Amino acid sequence: MEWLDAIIQGVLLGGLYALFATGLSLIFGVMRLVNIAHGDLIVLAAFLGLAMVNGTGVHPLISLIVIVPVMAGIGYALQRGILNLTLGRDILPPLLVTFGLSIIIQNVLLEVFSADTQRLKAGALETASIAIGEQIAIGWFPLIVFLSAVGVIAILQLVLFRTRLGTAFRATSDDHETAALMGIDNRHVFALAMALALAVVALAGTFMAIRTNFSPAIGPARLLYAFEAVIIGGLGSLWGTLAGGVILGVAQAIGAKFHPGGQILAGHVAFLIVLVLRPNGLFPRTRDR
Amino acid sequence: MSAAPETVLETADLTAFYGDFQALFGIDLHVGRGETVAIIGANGAGKSTFLRSVVGQLPSEREQVTFEGEPIGHLPAHEIVRRGIALVPEGRLLFPSLSVEENLRLGAYGKRAGPWRIERVHELFPVLRERRATPGTRLSGGEQQMCAIGRALMSNPTLLLCDELSLGLAPVIIRQLYAVLPVIVSEGTTVVVVEQDINQALSVADRVYCFQEGRVSLQGRPDELSREDVATAYFGV
Repeated sequence: MEWLDAIIQGVLLGGLYALFATGLSLIFGVMRLVNIAHGDLIVLAAFLGLAMVNGTGVHPLISLIVIVPVMAGIGYALQRGILNLTLGRDILPPLLVTFGLSIIIQNVLLEVFSADTQRLKAGALETASIAIGEQIAIGWFPLIVFLSAVGVIAILQLVLFRTRLGTAFRATSDDHETAALMGIDNRHVFALAMALALAVVALAGTFMAIRTNFSPAIGPARLLYAFEAVIIGGLGSLWGTLAGGVILGVAQAIGAKFHPGGQILAGHVAFLIVLVLRPNGLFPRTRDR
Repeated sequence: MSAAPETVLETADLTAFYGDFQALFGIDLHVGRGETVAIIGANGAGKSTFLRSVVGQLPSEREQVTFEGEPIGHLPAHEIVRRGIALVPEGRLLFPSLSVEENLRLGAYGKRAGPWRIERVHELFPVLRERRATPGTRLSGGEQQMCAIGRALMSNPTLLLCDELSLGLAPVIIRQLYAVLPVIVSEGTTVVVVEQDINQALSVADRVYCFQEGRVSLQGRPDELSREDVATAYFGV
């Protein structure tokens, strides 16, 4: 029963990892941009949530009404103002610029909020749970996070495959020069993709801030989890990203059962095993070239 | 209301570069409303480069390209397309992630009004209706070309540019593709075809330009040009 409990908690944790990873997967898919600052943007969202909750006293989940559109706006401006200029045949400029952005975000957060660890208080929600039998309890909050991840991915799938914007995303991803011949303004489409990605980041950052302690320095580790989830799942597949997050979460939960320090290591080992056995991930998007 | 200009497209001293390499050396060319103009020339003569410059895929100066009386040389591709120029690119370049129908509908992204809707494209090329859910790149070469033409028409262009329609296709397919050009023209679209196949080009065109090493080496009506003139202008010998 203890193992079953660990697996359930791991699956639910996987939802958070999937949220970390979804934005990364989306922007890589649409514009082949590897955003090294992704983890720091998650932490930025967490601090924006903290500032708002401390400033106004609203519940963290209510703060999402503001944080999600604010992060989306930041995403649009960031892409339009900086990242679009780095895109081209060479993949190095976006890597360098987002790496620089990562350092800038960390230091600004350090300057404004200090290096202290913080936590978003969600009141009774943090401990509320549904008891299943005597030994297993599912926390309401982890469940909400997991269901949000499923919901976000379902919505993104709908956007990608059922809307005009989604068709433009996929076409631009295939061939942005020919997409321009359809009348698509790539700069705008890329900025919309980044806005969408950072809207999901806002959700991920706020959930993370309720679940764990955070400080300005933890962004790169979140980036690593996000990368691992994306690669386990297979590049370009959003449902695969959810599966990747779940595998990572379950591996960590099982690792923690073996050894208190084994949690993080077990996640990385699971990633390594998938990478060796299935270098393209478990659910790579099949494409005609 | 003033009448629309009779010259749809005009280039003046158009130059184009790939890095340091100059591919076009001052092209002066004009296309009248409702005309079908063919650009012929050997491989590397600058025909495709010319089309790429017109649609803004290669940079040019503001005044070097005029479309419907407005200078467009400085505009990016997506704005030029929205003004009413569509390109059927060399090699079709359908989007592999999109179905045939999605490829066609994406052509209408700019939402220009006009006679071309998906039903009309399906009438022109019924096979695209049958294979609507197939990924565009799973079609045969000829079907892909039909899809690429249909996709360009979906934007309801004033000017349709076709780059090497016949490339790599069987003669029977090429005849089918060229048979639809008069239908397209009859809807009021002006057409420019770039072709290596001289006979095909001369059979459909009202006027012909021959390019050689980035310059116009000959121009005129097909019936005015002798075989010798064309051969000299085409091969440079």
